Amino acid sequence: MAMDAAMIERLIKESLPDAQISIEDLRGDGDHYAAHVVSGAFRGKSRVQQHQMVYQALRGRMGNELHALALQTSVPDD
Amino acid sequence: MDITVQDRIRQEITGTPVVLFMKGTPVFPQCGFSAAVVQILSHMGVKFKGIDVLSDPSVRQGVKEFSNWPTVPQLYVKGEFVGGCDIIREMFETGELKQLLEEKGVPVRA
Repeated sequence: MAMDAAMIERLIKESLPDAQISIEDLRGDGDHYAAHVVSGAFRGKSRVQQHQMVYQALRGRMGNELHALALQTSVPDD
Repeated sequence: MDITVQDRIRQEITGTPVVLFMKGTPVFPQCGFSAAVVQILSHMGVKFKGIDVLSDPSVRQGVKEFSNWPTVPQLYVKGEFVGGCDIIREMFETGELKQLLEEKGVPVRA
């Protein structure tokens, strides 16, 4: 099963409207992505909480349709 | 949520200082992400218990509910969920993982 990068980006944006997202399709197979998500909403949160916010945005797809999403999260530079 | 599975997971993570829920075993990981975490822990000389979720579907599902985390591997130190592969890799690279383990009293090879 695969999911396209635009869909991943759209879902994240719905939950985190300020997010700057860069997504790379690691193998060109629509199934192994690396994403870097930058959002002010991550401020004051632990890494685990930040990643949970992104997983929440993907509404259950992570670990199912979406097999591999290497995730990096950070807060914007002031 | 199945009470017994959740209780078993809680027992595992409080009974051993460092526990890795993974696909396969530390000697024969069945997934690249699990293998990466095993490699980091081994490199650091950290003793840990690997729990193969592939051998028990109820634990495979249960551990995801336990931590509200959708994927395996999952690393626990002194009963606390530390992260999955990406977070562990990032913490290893920044030195935070070593710091966390030392703070929790887990021996790490210098």
